[in-house]
Amino acid sequence: MIPTLPRPGWLRVGTALYVGAFLIFLFLPLVTVAVFAFNNAPYPAPPWHGFTLDWFLGDEATGRVGLFHDSDLLASVGTSSVVACWVTALAVTVGTANAFLMERAQFPGKGVLSLLMLTPLVIPGVILGISILAFASRIADFLSDALGLEADFLRPGLPLVVLGQFSFIAAIATLTISARLKRFDRTLEEAALNLGASRAAVLWTITLPYLRPALIGSAAIAFLMSFENFNTTLMLVGSDAPLTIMMYGRMREGATPVLNAVSLFLMLASAAIALTLVRRGRRAGND
Amino acid sequence: MPELARAVWSRRLLLTLLLAPALLWLLLLIVLPHLDLALLSFRQRVAPRQFVPSLAQYRTFFTEPLYWHVFLRTALMSAGATALTLLVAFPIAWTIAKLARGRMSALLFVVCLIPFWVSETVRTLGWMILLRESGVLPQLLVHLGITAQPVELLYHDATILVGLVYTSLLFMVVPLVGSLESLDNALIEAAYDLGAKGGAILREIVIPHAAPGITAGCIVVFMLTLGNYLTPTLLGGKNSLWFTEQIYNQFITRFNWEQGAAFGFLLLALSTAMVWFGLKVSGQRFSDVMRRA
Repeated sequence: MIPTLPRPGWLRVGTALYVGAFLIFLFLPLVTVAVFAFNNAPYPAPPWHGFTLDWFLGDEATGRVGLFHDSDLLASVGTSSVVACWVTALAVTVGTANAFLMERAQFPGKGVLSLLMLTPLVIPGVILGISILAFASRIADFLSDALGLEADFLRPGLPLVVLGQFSFIAAIATLTISARLKRFDRTLEEAALNLGASRAAVLWTITLPYLRPALIGSAAIAFLMSFENFNTTLMLVGSDAPLTIMMYGRMREGATPVLNAVSLFLMLASAAIALTLVRRGRRAGND
Repeated sequence: MPELARAVWSRRLLLTLLLAPALLWLLLLIVLPHLDLALLSFRQRVAPRQFVPSLAQYRTFFTEPLYWHVFLRTALMSAGATALTLLVAFPIAWTIAKLARGRMSALLFVVCLIPFWVSETVRTLGWMILLRESGVLPQLLVHLGITAQPVELLYHDATILVGLVYTSLLFMVVPLVGSLESLDNALIEAAYDLGAKGGAILREIVIPHAAPGITAGCIVVFMLTLGNYLTPTLLGGKNSLWFTEQIYNQFITRFNWEQGAAFGFLLLALSTAMVWFGLKVSGQRFSDVMRRA
């Protein structure tokens, strides 16, 4: 129960043990991945054969292709980054427009639209993927049959992956940015207008700076969600595989510890983003 | 009054400009693709590029035992994983919201969140290294003398459940902590002073108060589990028999889009039905739940 009520000793000990076991459960897989990136053996499995950096630095000459010489893996990291940048830019832009639309404008059908904006979050990613795949193919077929145009960007490939991920990440960006815009004190804008500022100047010097934490936060979340997305991407991917798809393929075949090496970098990057966001969030909360 | 007319006109223009991205996004990427998917699922190919409207895809689903077995199995295992996630997450959420104080509580919360910032692919890789026959835990069991030979811990239903619970924990812990923090300790103390035992307090005070958080968590976890692909296929291997895998097979491997579309719609129907049911049972609004999650 709660600290102000008497708690029997076994309950205190039990709680502590449970929290400990829970934390081990949470971190065991991650620690394992990290540790076996350094094992001097061709497979990520025990026993421990000693420490090596081969899975980072090795090349054909050493017989072990490490992360920095694995051109396929590096290319997939590049692909994921490009996709994530596009998704982030699109999602934050559309999310900002949506936030102003929902918080500031009045128009018929607003309730329906706000409900519709949440639906991408309750549609399983696989289904978002196949529906966009089928629809894009239908348009591409139509263009090809009726007009003789080959719209390659509507065939499975990176442009479709960007659109597929954007379709639900935009909803998350909209929620994040709307939440902050809702708390904005509009008298600040009115004061600036009274003092003779133009609407554009008010937006640029007052409203957008206020939204900055939400814009940065939603950009970071959008980038991370895009980079890590699997379900939607799997259905829309063409010949260039993003990192998650590439890793999935190799994991099914039984891969070398080079996957652990790339995972270690992913973990460090996500932890850095997460901690920055948490710290920023706490500072914003104290203001 | 040209002044007023211009003001109205510029307001119209602004509204149109703001509406355009939202409408393009929702119509082109959500509404139309799903209508198209529905059309696709209700037709049948009779000759190359010749289609007739038909219910054949749905008939196949109900007459072919494999398909509806996998569907039912996916639904039941998702429900099981959701219940397990709730059981595992509740004590942690309680500790964060009620037992730990100040910095300790915030720290514990952040520590619980960190693993979920890491890609699901990486987390699944970790479980595979831990559980496969040549992996860490089977070797450890041999070492401790519990089993004579390394046992294969991958490719069981229980493995899939562990993986799914692991992946889902965050989405349960966050709404639970939110709803438990708003519970006034004085209510619990009052109940205790009036002689209520732990079980009664939990049943009469804590659970009714936390119901919105519990529902939000369960809805999100069930939905994500149902639509998961990576964890069941990697941890379950050939035995996973997960419905999203069937959709993938029809769409990508067999190129039978009509059948795949029908499967997709069935999964969407189940997912939507559960969300709706959860909201009805707890009497909540959809938008509130999504915001909470």
